[in-house]
Amino acid sequence: MKLKRQAFSYPYIVWMLIFILAPMVLIVYFAFSSAEGGLSLDSIITALTNEIYMKVLARSVWIALKATVICLLLGYPIAYILSTMKKRTAAILYVLFIVPMWMNFLLRTYAWQVLLDSNGIFNSILSLLGLPAQQFLYTEGAVMLGTVYNFLPFMVLPIYSVLVKLDRSLVEAAADLGANPVLCFIKVVLPQSVPGIISGITMVFIPAITTFAISRLLGGGKFLLYGDLIENQFITLGQSAWPVGSALSFILLVLVLISMAIMRRAEHDAGEQGGMLW
Amino acid sequence: MKKIAIVLVLSMLICCFAGCGASSDAVTLNVLNWGDYIDEELLSQFTEETGIRINYTTLANNEEMLVKLQQEDCIYDLCFPSDYIIERLISMDLLYEINKDNIPNLQYIDDRFLDLSFDPGNKYSIPYMWGTVGILYNTTMVDDPVDSWDILWNEKYAGQILMYNSIRDSMGVALMKLGHSLNTRDEAHILAAEEALIAQKPIVQAYLGDDIKDRMIGGGGALAIVYSGDAMWCMDEIEGNPDLAYAVPESGSNLWFDNIIIPKSSTKTAEAEAFINFLCDPEVAAQNAEYIGYSTPNAAALEMMGADYIENETYNPPQELLDKCEIFHDLGDFINVYNDSWMRVISYAE
Amino acid sequence: MKKLRSFFRGTYLGLMLIFLYAPILVLMVFSFNGSKSMGRWTGFSFRWYEALFRDTTIMDALMVTLSVALISALVATVIGTFAAIGIHSMKKGPRGVVENISRLPMVNPDLVTGISFMMLFAMLGIKGGYTRMLIAHITFNIPYVIFSVMPKLRQSSNLLYEAAMDLGCPPMMALRKVVIPDIMPGIISGFVLAFTLSLDDFVVSWFATDGIQNLSIYIYGIARRGISPKINALCTLMFIAVVTLLTFVNVRSIKEEREQEQAQKRLARRTK
Repeated sequence: MKLKRQAFSYPYIVWMLIFILAPMVLIVYFAFSSAEGGLSLDSIITALTNEIYMKVLARSVWIALKATVICLLLGYPIAYILSTMKKRTAAILYVLFIVPMWMNFLLRTYAWQVLLDSNGIFNSILSLLGLPAQQFLYTEGAVMLGTVYNFLPFMVLPIYSVLVKLDRSLVEAAADLGANPVLCFIKVVLPQSVPGIISGITMVFIPAITTFAISRLLGGGKFLLYGDLIENQFITLGQSAWPVGSALSFILLVLVLISMAIMRRAEHDAGEQGGMLW
Repeated sequence: MKKIAIVLVLSMLICCFAGCGASSDAVTLNVLNWGDYIDEELLSQFTEETGIRINYTTLANNEEMLVKLQQEDCIYDLCFPSDYIIERLISMDLLYEINKDNIPNLQYIDDRFLDLSFDPGNKYSIPYMWGTVGILYNTTMVDDPVDSWDILWNEKYAGQILMYNSIRDSMGVALMKLGHSLNTRDEAHILAAEEALIAQKPIVQAYLGDDIKDRMIGGGGALAIVYSGDAMWCMDEIEGNPDLAYAVPESGSNLWFDNIIIPKSSTKTAEAEAFINFLCDPEVAAQNAEYIGYSTPNAAALEMMGADYIENETYNPPQELLDKCEIFHDLGDFINVYNDSWMRVISYAE
Repeated sequence: MKKLRSFFRGTYLGLMLIFLYAPILVLMVFSFNGSKSMGRWTGFSFRWYEALFRDTTIMDALMVTLSVALISALVATVIGTFAAIGIHSMKKGPRGVVENISRLPMVNPDLVTGISFMMLFAMLGIKGGYTRMLIAHITFNIPYVIFSVMPKLRQSSNLLYEAAMDLGCPPMMALRKVVIPDIMPGIISGFVLAFTLSLDDFVVSWFATDGIQNLSIYIYGIARRGISPKINALCTLMFIAVVTLLTFVNVRSIKEEREQEQAQKRLARRTK
């Protein structure tokens, strides 16, 4: 009888083998083969040693890190303020904060392209104030802005859901025992919200490092990111570039897995530490 | 439960719509083209006249098109690649030999555009549009004479220069500035071009594609590399910007031809040929060329478009200028040297 | 002091909301602009809406987006629900393997998923852009359905199912009458999640298909060509649709809020 129920998953398992597992195997296979075919480490070595690729990778990690930090600095207060509000109000505001996330990702990016344009609203305001027009679009700042804008809700969500479950009586107890609000926050609230912060960081950092449309639309092709590099391999170089393109993707995948592992470890440690701290 | 009901209603609605879309059993041609490169009204006109439906897809540059056409499972029936890509496609035996009996309107094409080096005898391709590469500039922002590629390196215009995000075009501009051939296989020349582009990068506003047009019309840049057809579009009296002007440097430039081809993998060659013939009809070609602003190789169409176009040097450049221009050729695998250089340019950061 | 603090809090939230909404609202306002300009207001007009509805390319893209979202969500829900039921009753070892492989599409950056599909479809020789898009969307949707249904299965007891069978009920019927109603909320939230993910997808579709475009691909193409007020009109309509849908869902039951939140978290975990 047990077997009978398991059988319900067989169609999916077939699907999974063909469309989930096989594509991954293909990436790994191509990453470890040369342009002429046949197993070789050439592609991986090229991907890891080519000066351009490494420079672009370093820049992507750097931009993603900066965007993640900005998201954290902007997002944590949002989550915190929401969590201290009355349930009703918080619920409504919370929905307001996630609505933009439901808009198409490209529309959101396109919106900034329009706003930052030299004839866009910002420059219109500047000229109303009698100030000279500024070049906003096609700068690194624009790429950063687009990234932060797109991924900010991903930071707010997990932190909020941790904070909202936080035991308020602990904070009150600390206050009663004479801790000032700042100390209260640092000693009580912050340690407990670490798991939320960590999953927020993961949710922002990983998409930020793999994005490719934002830099194209807001960076004007001047700020090549790792995602653009991979796209370029497949879209404009074609089949002969599959091995190197796959190697780059493979590296990206490894990077993502490593950062997730680090985050998970940190979460684990934080869990224990948080317990000890208080 | 209400939610389920809503979902069901929604799904039925959508299925109805989808059904309407797919209900006819007419032949559908898959057409792959550049953005803004056909008057889309002509597509529906063609469908009305022949009953053949068109699935129209656009992309951004020649290299992307080459990749799509090289794929074994290529689904396209008609494409509009440039000269050097056609040369490449022919050498790879990917093109269908067009039956000219099915294209009587070929008689209207000017002889100047037939039998060119990339496709001798036009076995595989029919002329669609042609033009030059030049500099579009805003006369209110640029006070130096625009007669050489060097102006794109002038620091006075820092942050106001727009370049193409396309390997051959941008590398080509640097090669022309340095006085080298557009098709050079001398790695020292290519390296020099790369260095020139890297030196230029700090003053470049962006590397774009078709969006160059919008930016220039909106006054978002002082100098831009454009194809002559895009220059026409930007200088249009109604939709364009009257402050813009177009110049081809005196030393010459790139002369290019975009032809229509049918991939060998197409199974609808007769219908594809019907569409080519339709596009070569003088009236259709004239309407199309006026709409997109590109120069038509169709002599009868140009005649119909009148003196405004015939005497316009941007639209119909004089032969002396064309004689100084160079056509791109397929470089085979040597293109990788260009690719590497270009990657170093766009990944460069101060 | 307290007043001051709540004032600052309110201001901060307000500023952040302005940051999140300003771009969308500006697009919406200028979708009614008489001219193409995005900086100057030249008068109220519906011309871009007319242009939007007359544009067959956009309408086709919309149709593709909606039909792919619906079909892929339905198929994924069916396959995923059965899969979850099956996996739930597996032994620990194989179960762990299947669950971990199922997590791959959720962990994988979209870019890598898209590229892997591109290569797979080329290798398998699957032609037809629509079919490719559908397969890709079903594939990345299924895991979300599975992991929406799984917790509900864990909550529900196996005993009812066994009892039904003991009473002579055939397995399919037992499933339909006993198990499915029990896990219905999970199935529905899985379906909704799958539907939205598919609606929003750009990266996977961009690589996986050829010769067909959904809205995202269309917008990417048009955004690379400059500004088009038609897209502002489209943005306005989509925003209204999203807000209506969300309000509807939220007003229905604040209680379901928590579930939505879980779903959101999962949605967010999928890398962009």
